[in-house]
Amino acid sequence: MKEDIILAGVGGQGILSIATVIGNAAVKQNLNLKQAEVHGMSQRGGDVQSHLRLSSSPISSDLIPHGECDLIIAMEPMEALRYLPWLSKKGWIITATAPFVNIPDYPDIEAVKAELGKAGNVIALDADALAKEAGSPRSANMALLGACASVLGILDADALRDGIRAIFGRKGEAIVEANIKAFDAGLEFAGKQQLGK
Amino acid sequence: MLLLGDEAVALGALDAGLSGVFAYPGTPSTEITEFIQNQKGYKGRGQQQLCGEPPVHCNWSANEKTAMEEALGASYAGKRALVCMKHVGMNVCADPFMGSAMTGANGGLVVAACDDPSMHSSQNEQDSRFYANFAMIPCMEPCSQQEAYEATKYAFDLSEKFNIPVLMRMVTRLSHSRANVTPGETRAQNGLRFPDAAHEKQWVTLPAIARKRYPQLIKDNAEFEKAAEASPFNKYVEGADKSLGIIACGLAYNYLMENFKDGCPFPVLKISQYPFPKSLALRLAGECKTILVMEEGQPVVETMLRGTFPTGITVKGRLDGSLPRTGELDPDCVRAAVGLAPREVRATSEIIAPRPPALCQGCGHRDFFTALNMALEGYKGARVYGDIGCYTLGYMPPFKALHTCVEMGASVTMAVGSALMGGYPMIGVIGDSTFTHSGMTGLLDAVNEHADVTICISDNETTAMTGGQDSAGTGKIEAICIALGVAPEHVRTIIPLAKNYDEMVRIIKEELEYHGVSVIVSRRECIQTAKRHAAAKKQ
Repeated sequence: MKEDIILAGVGGQGILSIATVIGNAAVKQNLNLKQAEVHGMSQRGGDVQSHLRLSSSPISSDLIPHGECDLIIAMEPMEALRYLPWLSKKGWIITATAPFVNIPDYPDIEAVKAELGKAGNVIALDADALAKEAGSPRSANMALLGACASVLGILDADALRDGIRAIFGRKGEAIVEANIKAFDAGLEFAGKQQLGK
Repeated sequence: MLLLGDEAVALGALDAGLSGVFAYPGTPSTEITEFIQNQKGYKGRGQQQLCGEPPVHCNWSANEKTAMEEALGASYAGKRALVCMKHVGMNVCADPFMGSAMTGANGGLVVAACDDPSMHSSQNEQDSRFYANFAMIPCMEPCSQQEAYEATKYAFDLSEKFNIPVLMRMVTRLSHSRANVTPGETRAQNGLRFPDAAHEKQWVTLPAIARKRYPQLIKDNAEFEKAAEASPFNKYVEGADKSLGIIACGLAYNYLMENFKDGCPFPVLKISQYPFPKSLALRLAGECKTILVMEEGQPVVETMLRGTFPTGITVKGRLDGSLPRTGELDPDCVRAAVGLAPREVRATSEIIAPRPPALCQGCGHRDFFTALNMALEGYKGARVYGDIGCYTLGYMPPFKALHTCVEMGASVTMAVGSALMGGYPMIGVIGDSTFTHSGMTGLLDAVNEHADVTICISDNETTAMTGGQDSAGTGKIEAICIALGVAPEHVRTIIPLAKNYDEMVRIIKEELEYHGVSVIVSRRECIQTAKRHAAAKKQ
C-alpha cells in the first residue's frame, strides 16, 4: 500500500505543518516515509511544495513521478492546479478555496474554479471559515488536513489526531484541542460533500 | 528518527566523535550546522555520554574560507572537524580547500558541500565532485538519508586512515528530504594531538616540501581508488539484459529503482564513493557495449569515462541528450533514458501564473529600495550593483532597483571597478552578513583607490535568506567601515521606514554628491526575526 501526496501553497501558509502531522502519524504506524521540502529563497512569498511519500514497502525516489500522485493537498486553489501533471487519473485534490493574490497576473478565480471542476475528484473547502467556525481561526491548515482524512487510505483519522497531539502538545492542551476541532470540522465537511456526489 | 539528509550528516558527524563544525549559512547546507547547534548540551545518545565532551564547537564563521581554515586548524590539532557550505561556498574556500589536500588531515576532516542542481536557491549548477577531483581527495555521494548518516561516519574514518580531507557531496533533494534514519554507535572525540614527526613537514607548503608531497598525493590516489572499488557504498548489481549497462551516481540510483520496482533488468553500477572506481566501470564495459551514465549535476563521470573505455563502447548520458543537459534528475527523465514508455500524464493547466518569491511585507529592504529609487531619479548614469541575499529580490518589480548580482561581495568591488573607469554615480547594495563575508576587503580597495562610490549596507542584523542565522557584523558595521578608512562623516546611518523617506532621500543624495567613498547603513531588524524575538519575549 502506498500514498503519494503533494502539498502545495504559498510560503508561510503552513503546508509544512500538515506534512509534519502526517509524517508523525505515519512513523507511528511503522510506514516508510520520504518527504522532500523546499527551503531558502522560494519560501519568500513564492509557490512552495512538498512531495510526501508513504508506503508499507521501501521507497526509492524522494520525488513523486508524473502521473503517480494520489492526493494533492493545497492551501490555495491555483497552487493545486500547478501540480496536475503529477496527479494520477484517479487522484484526489483537496484544496482551500481562498485565493492568495500576491502577483499582478493572478487568473480569474472563476476560471480557477472551472479548471478544478474539470480535474475529477476534488474537495474544495473554505478552510478559513471552517476553522473560524470551529473557534480556531489560525488552524485553517488543520481543517484542510481533516478534509484529507476522508480520502487518505493509508492513515485513519485517529492516527492523524494523534499526530496533531504529538506535534502541538508542547504548546498546551488548548492549542491541541483548537487544532483537533478544526480538523474535525474539515473531516465533517468533506464527508458531507462526498455524500452529495 | 525522521531526519533531513542534512540532519543525517550532522548526526553522523556527532556520532563519529566530532569536535567542531565550521560553516557559513547557505541553502541547502544550513540545516547541518543548525542541527548541531540545536543539540543543547549534546552528550551523545544512550548511557555512555561519550560525545559532546568538551562541547562541540558550532558557532557560525564569517565566510566559507575562514570556516575551512578554522576546521583545518582543528584537524591539525588532532580533532575531528566538519566544514559545511553550499556549492558556491566551495569557490570562496577553494584556496584552503586545495591547500588541505597538500597538508593532509590530522584529525578527521570532512567537507560537506551541498549542490543545488536546478538552482532552487542558487546562481549556478556547479558540481562539487569537480573540486574533489581537482584536489585529488576522496568523495562520498550518498543516495539516502540513512546512507548520508553512515557515509559521514565512514568519511571520518577514511580521512583518518589516509590522512586526507574527504568531501561529502550532497544535493538539494537529499539535503532537504526527510526519511527515517536508524543511528548506530557513538564514539568519543579525539584528544589534542598535533601531527607526528612523519607528518609534521607537509603542513608547511613551501615549494621544496610541496614538490615532495605532491607525488605522494598522486600515489595515495591509487589507494583512494582501491578503497572506492571495495567500498560498501559502491555496488555492482548483475542484470540479465546486457543491451544496456547503467552507472547510477548518488540519487540517480533511486530514480532508476523507482522505475524498476521489481529489480532492474540491466547490469547497474551504483556509485557513492570516489575517486571513480574505473575497474568496476571496465567490468561493466566488458558486459555491455552501451553504457548510460546517470549523475545528479554536471557530467563529471560521463566526461571521464569517454577517455577510459576501449573503443567500441558507446557512452550515453547528459552529453548526448539521453538525459537533460541541465537541471536535477527526476524519476521521469530517468524513465525516458532507460527506454520505458512515459506514464499517462494530465496536461499542465494553462491558466496558472508563476509566483516568484518576493520581499516580505514590512521588510526594511523594501523601504530602502523605495528611497534609493527616489534619490536616483534624475541621475541618468546611475548603476546599482547588487549582491547575494534577500535584497537581490530588489531586482524584481516594483523596485527594479538592481543592475547586477554575481557573487558574495561583488556589489562593492564592481561599483569600484566601474567608478575607476569613470562611471557616476556608482552604488553598491550589500547586506550586513554579505558585507562581513566578502565586502570588507573590497571596501578597503575603495578607500585606497579614493573611488567615487556610495556603498549601501542594508543591515537587517541577521543572515535572513537562509532563515535568520547570526550575522558576524551585528553592532559593528559602522566601526568596521571607519576602521577600514572611510571618513567618519561619510558613514551615515538611516532607518528604513516610510515615514523617514524624506530624510533617507536627502542623506543618500548628499552622499551621491560626495565624490569619494561613502557608506550608508540602512538598519532595521529583519521582520521575520523581529516577529520571532517578540514571540520569544512573550513566552
